[in-house]
Amino acid sequence: MKVMAQVGMVMNLDKCIGCHTCSVTCKQAWTNRAGTEYVWFNNVETRPGQGYPRRYEDQEKWRGGWELNRRGRLKLKGGGRLKKLFGIFASPVQPELDDYYEPWTYDYETLTDAPLGDDFPVARPKSLITGKDMKVEWSANWDDNLGGTSELGHLDPIVEKIRKESEDKIKFEFEQTFMFYLPRICEHCLNPSCMASCPSGAIYKREEDGIVLVDQDRCRGWRQCITGCPYKKMYFNHKTGKAEKCTFCYPRIEVGIPTVCSETCVGRLRYIGIFLYDADRVTEAASIEDEKELYQAQLDLMLDPDDPEVIAGARAEGIPEDWMDAARRSPVYKMAKVYKVALPLHPEYRTMPMVWYVPPLSPVVDLLSEQGHDAEDAGNLFGAIESLRIPVEYLAELFTAGDTEIVTGVLRKLAAMRSFMRGISLGNDPDDSIPEAVGMEPEAMYEMYRLMAIAKYNERYVIPKAHVEQAHNLEEMGCSLDFDDGPGMYPSDPFGEASGKPTPVAVENFYALKQRQTTDGQTEPGELRGRVNLLNWDGRGVPRGLFPKTEDNPQMSPDSPAHGGGAAGPGPDYGGPSSQAGPSGNPLESQPPREP
Amino acid sequence: MDILLWGVLPYVMVAILVGGSIWRYKYDQFGWTTRSSQLYESKLLRIGSPIFHFGILAVIAGHFFGLVIPKSWTEAVGMSQDFYHFNALFVGGIAGIGTLGGIILLIIRRRTTGPVFMATTKNDKLMYVVLVAAIVFGLWTTLASVFLGDHGHNYRETVSPWFRSLFILQPDIASMAAAPFSFHLHTLVGMLLFCIWPFTRLVHAFTAPLHYLFRPYIVYRSRDVGPAPGSRARLPGWQPVGTRDRDRK
Repeated sequence: MKVMAQVGMVMNLDKCIGCHTCSVTCKQAWTNRAGTEYVWFNNVETRPGQGYPRRYEDQEKWRGGWELNRRGRLKLKGGGRLKKLFGIFASPVQPELDDYYEPWTYDYETLTDAPLGDDFPVARPKSLITGKDMKVEWSANWDDNLGGTSELGHLDPIVEKIRKESEDKIKFEFEQTFMFYLPRICEHCLNPSCMASCPSGAIYKREEDGIVLVDQDRCRGWRQCITGCPYKKMYFNHKTGKAEKCTFCYPRIEVGIPTVCSETCVGRLRYIGIFLYDADRVTEAASIEDEKELYQAQLDLMLDPDDPEVIAGARAEGIPEDWMDAARRSPVYKMAKVYKVALPLHPEYRTMPMVWYVPPLSPVVDLLSEQGHDAEDAGNLFGAIESLRIPVEYLAELFTAGDTEIVTGVLRKLAAMRSFMRGISLGNDPDDSIPEAVGMEPEAMYEMYRLMAIAKYNERYVIPKAHVEQAHNLEEMGCSLDFDDGPGMYPSDPFGEASGKPTPVAVENFYALKQRQTTDGQTEPGELRGRVNLLNWDGRGVPRGLFPKTEDNPQMSPDSPAHGGGAAGPGPDYGGPSSQAGPSGNPLESQPPREP
Repeated sequence: MDILLWGVLPYVMVAILVGGSIWRYKYDQFGWTTRSSQLYESKLLRIGSPIFHFGILAVIAGHFFGLVIPKSWTEAVGMSQDFYHFNALFVGGIAGIGTLGGIILLIIRRRTTGPVFMATTKNDKLMYVVLVAAIVFGLWTTLASVFLGDHGHNYRETVSPWFRSLFILQPDIASMAAAPFSFHLHTLVGMLLFCIWPFTRLVHAFTAPLHYLFRPYIVYRSRDVGPAPGSRARLPGWQPVGTRDRDRK
């Protein structure tokens, strides 16, 4: 047994409202650069839908992930090593830009520059690839909220598969029954096929936390990883000629704060924590013949952090004690292995993905309440889960390689939790028969409710910091403990403000945000009192409070009062709060008042 | 003049090739890539690129066979001059024409596909000129020996001994000087190509990923050691998004 730690994520799909905040903040943080215009490390898909890039789940076309060869051994679906080398001169299976979408911007300048005329000027869409006018026809979420699904829904590979299996009768039912959102990032797999496909060996899994990264200096742009990844979460930067991917925001994780997508998630549906797993058995688990057993095999890889044998193994591998402690408190371990409500996305790709999903109960609940039933009654919910075959089959194709029993089991647990807690909050005695019906203890169900419904920040994110003794290796260098009291506490460095090590941006933003969120007033009184509100400043003069305090000048003004200030006599009252901060300090102000 | 061309220049070329490659490997790992344009256009690339690349690999093998292996060796294993020559012309001709055809297709694609042309740098253009010239002149020497009768010039008695003599640091300048003009031209352009090689996208050939055949599939690595952010210049790859609006300016 070789115990290794892996940072994992769980997303509770019931809470996703499809707002795309995670995608946007991720893009701002990581892919707002030339060459990555079309790249979304995080994207949110409406399911049923084609996804991004279009129909990426159709592995018969894209050849991503692993399959078993005749001898039952793992083999890249895209072909073995020799085949890959022979195909290297023009990668045979490669998504083109059209499979993602052609990125664009708008010609905003004409809005202000256009000469006076009868027509309103318009900002034409311009391709970010050619710079020419273009027609916008697709994007990363074009079929958002089932937009166009009545015409294009059949292109969803999973819909295609379900339809083939149960013939056309579901068609009508299907469009009416359900919809949910699926946010996706890189899966940071235990058995990544992108890594196995890389001819240069530039993609690696970090020993400490299992994050999968591309070494930008070693990538030579052979593009085999893009074929290899079945989730199509490897992207080609067409300006630099290198592959790029989701980094699990490793500079943030290293200092113990959640990824940008998680931190900004409006629905608070993301959970981050540590898994301990047995690295020696990964290949064996991924090689199980029956696809439907892959979920269980993956679950079996996850080790119990309370097991003395595991603890001894972890110590032998040098996993620090605080990481062990984090593993014991890990929300992702609890949801995946203890409560068994989180499922891996497409286990049949055999990559052992480490971003897990709690399947949504909402399609069932919505339908029940639309039909006028009590959607929180355990009996109703259980019955509906059994009878709503199509949503369950669809979810099973996503999360369990088609095994509907597992999905049904999870949905029943979610339904039980809902109705059990409803009883408690109505002041009734807890109905212990409900948890029993899904094989859970009432206490465990309550714990699960706390984690999934209350979802406190420090219970959602249990992220051990990278170690201080390893600090010289960190991307965001510096002792992470220095920042416990926020950016205001840094001692000044000997050579002035800018000297010394830079404060990690992630840390600074994090504490600034925290300060703003936890302060009592609307603005921080100590910080902003007496400052000029720039919205009200007329641009003339340098009123007191225009600039923030500095060490040299505690008066919040750039100049000493002797420079002008009071000497100018009672200055003109030009209205607005800025004048309340004191008389103007600018001699140019000594002109007659504008208004009588 | 002959001394300069065939006694000095080859060593200058080797110095630039080796020195330049080491320098680039050391200081420009990030720029060391194939700079693939398959994302923009794939149909023509899928035809042209393999033809060109497999062609040029065959051409390199042919050069090795013709330049490095002495005539006496092939004769020792019972290969007649006629047989050798026929093979060299036939196989070499096919490889050469394939290479040329492939690169012509690729250049047409590069010129006619908007995004690919926009991604073409001046450096690329210069490289294409020299590369195509080297291929054309090389093909010319081969074809000339077919059509100019009497098997043309036997380069295995002039160019090849000179090539081998370079390695023992006693360049056989007289042999090379005796070769016809077409061979001189091809050799000179070839040397020019190797001189610019380290500074163009051609470097990707030096990191042909043959080790892929032997490495384990899953790569574990410890955290990288690197300088702190903010303490180094902005890395390449972080240029802001925008369009070059060609219509406007």
